Amino acid sequence: MNAIGLPQILFISCALFFIGVYGFLTRRNMITMLMSVELILNSVNINFVAFNKYLFADKLDGLFFTLFIITIAAAEAAVAIAIIINLYRNYNTIDVDEVDTMKF
Amino acid sequence: MNASTIIFYLLAAIIVGGGLMAVTSRKIFRSAVYLLFSLIGIAGLYFYLDYEFIGAVQIVVYVGGIVVLIIFSIFLTQGSGEDMKKPALGRAVFSALAAAFGCALTMLYINEQGFTPNGKPALEPSAGNIGAQMLDTAEHGYILPFEVVSMLLLAAMIGCIVIAIKIKIPPHPILPEKDDINIAEINHEFAPEMEG
Amino acid sequence: MLSASLIALIPLLPLFSFTLIALVGRKNFPGLCGILGTLSLLTSFILAATVAYDYFFVAGKVGDTYQQLIPLKINWLQFTPSVSIDLGILLDPISVMMLVVVTLISLMVHFYSLGYMKGEERYATYYSYLGLFTFSMLGLVMSSNIFQIYMFWELVGVSSYLLIGYYFDKPSAVAASKKAFIVTRFADLGFLIGILVLSYYSGTLDFQTMIVRLTTPTDQLHNVVTASFLGCSALTWGLLLVFIGGAGKSAMFPLHIWLPDAMEGPTPVSALIHAATMVVAGVFLVARLFPIYALSCPSALQVVTYVGAASSLIAALIACTQTDIKRVLAYSTMSQIGYMMFALGVSGYGGEHGLGYMASMFHLFTHAMFKALLFLGAGSVIHYVHSNEMKDMGGLRKLMPITHITFLVACLAIAGIPPFAGFFSKEEILQAAYHANKGIFALAITTAAITAFYMFRLYFSIFWSKTYHAAPADHDAHGSHDDHHSHGEGPITMLLPLLLLGALSVGAGFIPFGKLVTSDGKALISEMHITFSIAPVLLATAGIFIALSLYKKENATPQRIADGMGGLYRAAYRKFYIDELYLFITKKIVFNLIGRPAAWIDRNIIDGLMNLLATVTGKISLLIKQLQSGKLQDYAAYYFAGVMGLVVVVVYWWR
Repeated sequence: MNAIGLPQILFISCALFFIGVYGFLTRRNMITMLMSVELILNSVNINFVAFNKYLFADKLDGLFFTLFIITIAAAEAAVAIAIIINLYRNYNTIDVDEVDTMKF
Repeated sequence: MNASTIIFYLLAAIIVGGGLMAVTSRKIFRSAVYLLFSLIGIAGLYFYLDYEFIGAVQIVVYVGGIVVLIIFSIFLTQGSGEDMKKPALGRAVFSALAAAFGCALTMLYINEQGFTPNGKPALEPSAGNIGAQMLDTAEHGYILPFEVVSMLLLAAMIGCIVIAIKIKIPPHPILPEKDDINIAEINHEFAPEMEG
Repeated sequence: MLSASLIALIPLLPLFSFTLIALVGRKNFPGLCGILGTLSLLTSFILAATVAYDYFFVAGKVGDTYQQLIPLKINWLQFTPSVSIDLGILLDPISVMMLVVVTLISLMVHFYSLGYMKGEERYATYYSYLGLFTFSMLGLVMSSNIFQIYMFWELVGVSSYLLIGYYFDKPSAVAASKKAFIVTRFADLGFLIGILVLSYYSGTLDFQTMIVRLTTPTDQLHNVVTASFLGCSALTWGLLLVFIGGAGKSAMFPLHIWLPDAMEGPTPVSALIHAATMVVAGVFLVARLFPIYALSCPSALQVVTYVGAASSLIAALIACTQTDIKRVLAYSTMSQIGYMMFALGVSGYGGEHGLGYMASMFHLFTHAMFKALLFLGAGSVIHYVHSNEMKDMGGLRKLMPITHITFLVACLAIAGIPPFAGFFSKEEILQAAYHANKGIFALAITTAAITAFYMFRLYFSIFWSKTYHAAPADHDAHGSHDDHHSHGEGPITMLLPLLLLGALSVGAGFIPFGKLVTSDGKALISEMHITFSIAPVLLATAGIFIALSLYKKENATPQRIADGMGGLYRAAYRKFYIDELYLFITKKIVFNLIGRPAAWIDRNIIDGLMNLLATVTGKISLLIKQLQSGKLQDYAAYYFAGVMGLVVVVVYWWR
């Protein structure tokens, strides 16, 4: 097998991304859905870092994006968990299929 | 196959395997722990790529912050021991196929690309360099996004407090009355009027 | 001459009173609406009288000819550089005369209604309708443009509809108003097509220009005379169609069926609209276009003659058998309008030949006076007796002396007894008919005798016959009056118009009409031939005496005669089955052959198409609604599928 290059890392991030998508589509518990979203965000972070490393080593822009995404992910997780808790308080469940009053 | 390659594939196995287990495990707490492994694996990948600062941030924020937050919320919303419901078969199959299809498509596409580095001398991604450029106001400085993100964080913080705070909710027209015992503890500090 | 704005005020004042009452007065000061309407009409009348004086004696005459004056003309709709619809005022002898007639009768009716309609629930509404009608009628007679006349024609129809249906809680009134509206609408369709034909060939809508172009021998006249359709020239068709419109409004046979039913309206309204003013609009229209009829198309004028004569005789025969006093008056109105029509028909244009035209206008004028008087008198009687039926009346002469005298005057006038007004105008008509067509003359003189008979049948039945005793008030038209005798003959507001119109019915015959209103504007000296007058007067007197012997005392002879006549009496009583014929045609033929298939197509095909559209839309929306399941993961799946689709398209197909 060849030395590790950019494609291999992209394969990992790609696999992770679609694992996240699968989880988001199948999990019915909201907290696990949130976890899937974290996986998706991380796969994107890996991409940024890898591209920065292999293609634009003279710059740091990829790193900055990664940092910002991590920050935003933290904020998002906090807000999402606040929403989940509020939902749980109102519906006594965090199963997404049961929270379907916003329709028609 | 040298050591570096072996380490890479090990990390890859941890990342992908942890992720897979995290989205398929029937026990939610285990799911969170698998997520933790996956995130640590990603941090390891950053170290592997010589981006120590990012790896450190990954560990501090994700492993130390978000996963802990998730675990807290698991404790707050349900018993950790129960199995979660299985996903509906039709949806599971559809999602698996869709994800596999998308994954194959993307990988094919990646495979077709010839990535060429720009070949300029590398810049040391040390904390010093990162800090200097991030807080730079000159060209290619990131001070403005930095400030915007800080504002966003503040807004998110206020937002979660407002969302999670206990307010008197009028009886829902459709749903039956429920008890809010589980939430009561954390609501105390946000909603002192509960005591009155 | 009065300024144009003052002349324009004549129709605008009633319009103003209509608007004010309808918008403000009805809610805020309903009691004062009658006074308001009457005052505005009084002002209008004074202005109209001034205009008439000015026109006839000061400004109208140039040399020895009365001119057509246009004091006001506003270009309203310009279609092409040469064709436009104008709003204008046209003053000539007939329009000025009509101005006076309309304002005078309307004023009388307004005044009379102050007493007659007192206590009605929709008193203010009634006055607003009266204002609207008066405005429309004045606009009609002053129109300088054939399209303008059409607009006011329709407005008049609408106000007539509103007033006939005034007691809209009575099903018969509702039916009558619908009938009047529909029948006249059908006739107006003819009028509209006639307007289009005439204006197409003359290239103008303006009366003056049109008359000049269609009477002087030019290319246009040549075209219109030679262009033929179904054997008649285009001009004949146009004039006949216009006449159909006039016949509908003027209740000429066979479009007369709405007029007797229109008596469901309040009696003063019948006096104003269905006796004196609106129903003569058809006569007015023919008179307005008279030069074209007389000079370019005598065959159309023949039709006018025969329709008028036939209507006149048929209506007179029917009137002899009716028992509802208002219906008798309605048929007599129709008969008299038939008189005016055939007088126009036998007339020629200009000079000595124009006698019929002058007589027709003269009769229109005098008829307005005595027919309004008859209706108002009948209104007083109905007010007193609370019934329209002759059998509920009788012996009222002592109880209602003023009504009795004025009614008698009107009957004498309509019967053509000298020196009452009707005598003079009728004599002129008979003379014109005599000179033009002996057959028509014979018909006319028969009708005159019958007229005298049925009018005095009416008179004796109401005022003589038996002694009056108050019938049980089962038919109480004016709910608030419980005691018949407490109000006597009616308030002064009801008596004053009777007296005034009575005086006019006596005196109007002495107006030298031949000097004022003629076909060509030049004075026409018509001398009375004493010898000629003997026959009609004798016949009328005979009619009166027959009525006297039959109806003075209550007896069984009339019934015996009616039985003896058998079929003829029954046919006349049933109005010669014309209503039934219409019903047969509409219900059996039109409804079955056209209405039902159309309804079937409408219900099954048109509605079916629409329903299909609606059903398909509904089904699709149900289907799409399912997508909005409210389940987060469904949305995520759609989103994801969409993104993947886009990726495939962009990356692999568009590359």
